[in-house]
Parts: sequence; C-alpha cells; structure tokens
Amino acid sequence: MKLNSEGRKGLFLISPTFAYALLLLAAPLILVIMFSFWTQDYLDLDTTPTLANYKEAWTDPLYRELMFRSLRISIMVTLVTVISAFPVAYYVSFRVKERKALWLFLITAPFWTSYLLRVFLWKVILGYNGVFNSALLWAGIIDEPLQFILYNVNAVVITLAHAWAPFAILPIFVALEKIDRSLLEAAEDLGDGPVRRFFRVTLPLAIPGVMAATLIVLIPTVGDFITPKLVGGTEGLMISNMIQVQFGKANNAPLGAALAVSSMFIVGGLSLLIFLGSRRVGRVAGE
Amino acid sequence: MTAAKAEKPIITLDGVTRSFGSVQALRGVSAEIREGEFFSLLGPSGCGKTTLLRMIAGFDEPTTGTITLDGKPMAGIAANHRPTNMVFQSYAIFPHLSVADNVGYGLKKKRLPKAEYDREVEEALKMVSLGGYGPRAAHTLSGGQRQRVALARALIMRPKVILLDEPLSALDKKLREQMQIELRRLQRSVGITFILVTHDQEEALIMSDRIAVMFDGQIAQLDSPEALYRKPNTQRVASFIGVMNFLDAKAVGEKGGKITLDIQALGTLDIPASALPEGMRPSEISRVGVRPEMMSVVMDGAKGSGHEIAAEIAESEYYGDMTYYLVSLPGKDEPVTISMRNTAGRAVLEPGSKTRVSFSPESIVVFR
Repeated sequence: MKLNSEGRKGLFLISPTFAYALLLLAAPLILVIMFSFWTQDYLDLDTTPTLANYKEAWTDPLYRELMFRSLRISIMVTLVTVISAFPVAYYVSFRVKERKALWLFLITAPFWTSYLLRVFLWKVILGYNGVFNSALLWAGIIDEPLQFILYNVNAVVITLAHAWAPFAILPIFVALEKIDRSLLEAAEDLGDGPVRRFFRVTLPLAIPGVMAATLIVLIPTVGDFITPKLVGGTEGLMISNMIQVQFGKANNAPLGAALAVSSMFIVGGLSLLIFLGSRRVGRVAGE
Repeated sequence: MTAAKAEKPIITLDGVTRSFGSVQALRGVSAEIREGEFFSLLGPSGCGKTTLLRMIAGFDEPTTGTITLDGKPMAGIAANHRPTNMVFQSYAIFPHLSVADNVGYGLKKKRLPKAEYDREVEEALKMVSLGGYGPRAAHTLSGGQRQRVALARALIMRPKVILLDEPLSALDKKLREQMQIELRRLQRSVGITFILVTHDQEEALIMSDRIAVMFDGQIAQLDSPEALYRKPNTQRVASFIGVMNFLDAKAVGEKGGKITLDIQALGTLDIPASALPEGMRPSEISRVGVRPEMMSVVMDGAKGSGHEIAAEIAESEYYGDMTYYLVSLPGKDEPVTISMRNTAGRAVLEPGSKTRVSFSPESIVVFR
C-alpha cells in the first residue's frame, strides 16, 4: 500500500493516541484475558490453557450469588439515580431561566472532594451514631438508633446513587435542552394537557439522554468495590470485592481474571439489551 | 360566501395590551376578525403581531383587554382547550413520529376506530397534496413538505381558526409563491378562518381578504388589500406597503367638490374632495403621495395623459418585465420612482435623458 504525504501525516498524528490506547487499554485487557486461561500453581503460573477457571466462576454458587447481587445492586442504583436525576435535569432545563451554567456547576460540586471522602461522609451520615440517627433521635421519631441503614445493600445503593447523580443529570439535561420548545407548544395546541404532552413528546425525545445516563451509571457501578467494602457490610459485598480478593489474599489471579472477564461480558450483554430495548421504547412511546 | 356570514365576527379583540416588564409589546389592539375570512397581521419585526397571534392561540395572556373567540371569552382558557390550531414558523414537526402520526397527533385523543382514523389522516394529507406520504419518517421531508404536514395537522382538527406564524418565510421564492396561491385556494375551499402573521407585504396583499397593518404594538390600518394600497391613511403605512413617492403639498383653495393643492415639483392642481379621508380637513394636508405606476415617463412620440411636467432620468433599474426609473423633477431634491412596463418596442431610457412625466390628479393620495 502506497501512502500519499497526507495519509502519512495522518498516521503520524494518530500514532501517539493509538500507542497510548494500546498500552493503557488493550494491553491490560489482553493480559487479563490471558491470565484467565492459566492456572495458579502456588507461586508459579501454569500457562497451559484451560477453561477450569471459567468453569469454577460460572458454577460455584458463591460467585454466582455475588454476580447476581452485583447486577441487582447496580440495576437498583441505576433506577434510583436515573429516576431521581430526571426531575433535576427537567427543572434546570425547563424552569431555570437564568444562570443555568451556575446550576450545572453546583450539581458537579460533590466532585470537588475525592470519591473515598464522599463514601466516608455517607458512613458519618448513616452510621449508628450518625447524623441521620441523631436527627431522628433528637426529633423523637425513634427511641434507639436504626441499624438497618448502614452496612447493607441500602447503604450501597444510597452512596452510589449520590456519587453517580451528576453523570445521570448531565446527559438527560442535554437531551432535554435539545428539544425544540415549539414542539411542546404544538402538542399543547393539538389538545394535549401537560401530562399527555410529557409522555408523548418530552419523554420520547429525552430517551437518548436517559439511555446514556442508564449506561453511564450501570456499567461502572457493577464493578465498584470501594463503596460495598466501606458501607456494604457482608451482605453488601459485590463481585469486584471477590475479584480483588482473588488477585490479592487468595493468590489466585487466574480465577480473578476469569471472574473479571465474565462480569465484563455480562455487563456488555446487559448494556446491549438496554440499548436495543430503549430504541424500541422511544419509538413506541410517541404513538 | 354570503354577506351575512362574512359580517359575523369569529374573534373580537377588545383593547388588548401586553407588557413584558417595562416593554409594551401591544398597546391596545381592538379589531374584529370575521368568520371564514383570510386575515393577515402585517408589520415589521417587533410590532407585536406574533405576540397577538400567540395570545389568540392561548400561549400568552393579555395584560389587559379581552379576546373573544366564537362568542366565548378566552381569558384563562389554555391552548389545548381553544378551538384554534397553529402552523408554527419552524413547523414543529415531531421528529420521532411518522408523517401520519404527526398529522393524526391531535386526533388520537378522540379514540376513533382505526379505519376511520386512517381515513381522516389520509384525507388531510390529500388536502395538502401529500397523499400516500403517511408511513414516511418526518425527518425525511423537505421544507415545503414539512410545511404541508404542519398545515394538515391543523386542518384535521377542524378548528374554528387556523393561525399561521410566518409559515412561508423559510421557503425559497418559487415555492413560497406557489404555496401562497395554494394556501389561499385551500382556505376558500375549507372555509375556516385563517389568521396569517407576516412581514412580507406582497404575501399579505396576495393572500388576504383583510389586512391589519401593525406598527409599535398598535393597528395602524385595517382594510382590504386594495384599500390599503390605494388609500393608505398614514405615510408610514403607505411606505410599508409598496413604494410611494412623497411630495410636500398644501391646500390653497376649495370650491365645488374640488380642492386646489399646491404640490412641490408638480405645481397647482385640483383633486376631487372625495380623495380626502373622512374626518380630515383640507388645511391639514401637508404631503401627497403618488405610486410609481401612477406616473409615466412620456416616451418619444407617445402622448401623455393628464398633467405633464419636464423631468430628467437620474437612474434606471431594469427588471425584465418592468423598468424602474429614478426621475429628477425640478423643485425637488430627491428623485421620484416611476415604474414602466416594458411593452413591445418600448425603449429603456438612459440616465441623463431629458423627458416628460405625466400623471393624473385622481391617483394622488393626501396625508396629514
């Protein structure tokens, strides 16, 4: 293949980016996939290809339970995040007339502190002697601190939903901003009240944003391990905590790799389903 | 259209005002729009015509004054409960729906049987010459087709009034001219009252039964297109609709149904007293106006009619069917505009040519 000078220049220009992507994305991924077909032999690695790790990952009830729980928790987190993000995005897009940028800026305010710090903050709020319990005690609503709010699934859902809220608000906001306001007037002019108009025009046209928010929140939360570890207790642990254990204490990197690859495929499949499903919903909702 | 039907008002505007903060968009608009007529709100941008249209549609409420539609006061009635439908400037075609679903959008609420619904949609599409376009996706349509879909979507509702907000402004010239004729024909055949908002005076003249010319939030004149063109009541209306040459003038005598005027560059001449607008005294006349086509440049050998004065061609603009001359008259600094139809064998005069200009006193319009 002969390249003209422009083609060469183009290749030259993309090559650093390409090398960067190869080094930081493809290489670790390939390494993990390779690991998943090997066997840990105490301190050495047996590099004979085997499917034993996958067999264990998919049949052991513990791993299956953790995988299902991870999916369940992240789907809950996604639902809570997206459903609570929609009204916020709607408010900023439709009701705020001035200083929209300031509102968006404030929505990202929690990101000025580190993720770890925010998780610890939730511990402070939800803890046995935490802000929430103290407030309820002080108000006389409860006689002794509630214990079911920390170190369980609920705490994981609350903490993650808070952490990912801006990632859900922003794409929905963008989708709502793009809706031509005369479409809403046209719907009203043709006889729709506010509720019918919302379901026939606003929501279908916001679907791309809702879909983006769903995927943006769902995909990373399946693999989160800090939040479950800090606020999840034992029943709030997720698959990533197990992967971490396998790579660390359990000294079984190949099994950890097989779990990681499996969870990646499951999340990928789920995302694809959501993507295809939402396109259908978008089409049907408008009719 | 019977005379009795034509006189019945479908919309009555009574002292309608609208303020946005300290800005007064409308300063007291009163008018009656008759059932079945093609009514235009014509004016430059910012004159309040769109604000008025949006109030009739129900997207805005008057600050003071009332709007009565079909005998019912409209205060507090939302757009979705008014018997009006709008064709938006941007057309506002729902991008996520097919052409048929766009047209049938307002019909869905009536929960018609499927066959009847489909028939109504197809009928509405046929009315705007888009029969068979139903299954297409809305985003595949051209500008002209979108405009038709927006119209079909309003027609299918069989409203009392269809409101059109500069519906043709986004179309190219040829298509716009074609749509003007089509819209007019459609309006006559369905008999629904149309209210058009436009800044294009030609469009208003072509399409309307009556036109309200608006300036600064008020109606300056409400009349038929012909009356507006021939008898504009102010200089501003006269220069907004078509071209008008203005000449200083004053009345110097009045006798036997004639008024004698002393007009700059044209000299002394008599006009019929009936040319004076009602309620205006001869002493109030300060200027007169003459349309470009009401004067002629006297060509070689041709005989002029009426009055004639010496003149010189300052500039000529050749438009094919017409030539517009800027003609210097002795005693007037600004040249006047005269249009001449380029009939067979008629020469186009060069700038600098000495010539004569003829006009008839009947064509003179007087202003305060």
